[in-house]
Amino acid sequence: MFRDAWLVAAKDLRIELRSRIGLNQIAPFALLVLILFAFALDPDSGVLDKATPGLFWVAVLFCGLLAIQRSFAVEAADDNRDALRLSGLAPGGIFLGKALAVCLELLALEVVLGFGVVLLYSTHASGWGLLVTTCLAATAGIGAAGTLYGVLAAGLRVRETLLPLLLLPVLAPVLIASTRAFEAARDGNPGQGWPWVGLLALFAVAYTVIGAVGFGSLLEDS
Amino acid sequence: MEPAVHLRAVVSLLGRFPALAGVDLDVDRGEIVLLQGPNGAGKSTLLRTLAGLCPVVSGTAHVLGHDLREDRRPVRRQVGLLGHATMLYDELTVADNVSFWARAAGSRSDDAEAAIDALGLGGRLRHVTVARLSAGQRRRAAIAVLVARRPELWLLDEPHAGLDAEARDLVDDLVRSAAAAGATVVVASHELERSHALAGRVVTIAGGVIEPPPGQPREHEAETRVP
Repeated sequence: MFRDAWLVAAKDLRIELRSRIGLNQIAPFALLVLILFAFALDPDSGVLDKATPGLFWVAVLFCGLLAIQRSFAVEAADDNRDALRLSGLAPGGIFLGKALAVCLELLALEVVLGFGVVLLYSTHASGWGLLVTTCLAATAGIGAAGTLYGVLAAGLRVRETLLPLLLLPVLAPVLIASTRAFEAARDGNPGQGWPWVGLLALFAVAYTVIGAVGFGSLLEDS
Repeated sequence: MEPAVHLRAVVSLLGRFPALAGVDLDVDRGEIVLLQGPNGAGKSTLLRTLAGLCPVVSGTAHVLGHDLREDRRPVRRQVGLLGHATMLYDELTVADNVSFWARAAGSRSDDAEAAIDALGLGGRLRHVTVARLSAGQRRRAAIAVLVARRPELWLLDEPHAGLDAEARDLVDDLVRSAAAAGATVVVASHELERSHALAGRVVTIAGGVIEPPPGQPREHEAETRVP
């Protein structure tokens, strides 16, 4: 299963490197979201500084939706979903591979967004260990849940509009927990952030297990 | 020896529509069978059913020793389906595509390289992304994937479509070589002259059922014959 996962992840990442959708479209979109938030919330009033953790993770969620939709759009073209069914790859391996590729793309985008909030919002963070762990755990959760709901919506004609409707409520705990952990890191109180990281890790593990077990049935029906 | 394909009174749905309405078919291992019939007769659905992509809702269906009604997944890794779509990733090169699907099926990278060369896609074409290929070259790349996977059952839906004369001959040679090596081949085609020369037996499908040879009664008359 892990060999299959690596094969699928390498294939998805190669597609993204060749198409450069992440670099040319998703990353600029992410920065645009940050800039628009900066225009909407007056930087001098202190509201922007307070809202930075939430804005960062909302931007990550938007980028995650685009990355997940893209991940399944390449399978929808030219009957590639049928090819995946016929491939002999373990469904759990396909799930883990696609989730891993989405996670790696999102982590790269989070680095870009991190520079964005430092430059645009003048944010200073002190708890780097907490911040990095939060990013890893939250991204794993977004990648796992996103891949699971991505395949669920993949076979439907209204998938582009349905996926955000299905996925965003599911990712609400990730948004809340990662925002609280980011706030704790920013305010120099990492001790208050670690319980939220625990919640993020639990979410990621739960959806990874559910996805690895249930992906095969969902791929059949998509 | 158990036949590669053994179908009795098989009904298969396309959505809620019975695209196969009581199919009886036996294909021996190493045999090349031509499936002919008018548009909408059920040729493509029969190939997809044999590949384990369409569910069998009634009847008996054994492919390569596996019961399609119990579990279709073991069959899938042993069949190669060349459908109307090429099932390739536009953003990847020919070599990337063939290598990925070959490795997914457990074949060696040598098999992928050999298949690319056999289909005349070596040299510069190997590193061209599929999106930049002509329709005929795409079709060749799809056939290269099939060859590299080394399936036991080849299911070819209009394999000559979009190919030039040289490539058509190449496909016929590959099919004969595969059958000589023990693979079973089912070809659905409207190119009857070429396919008749290739196949050892011709089977006609119409209205979702296999027509019996002239003078022979039908074994299972379907209740829901497709109009």
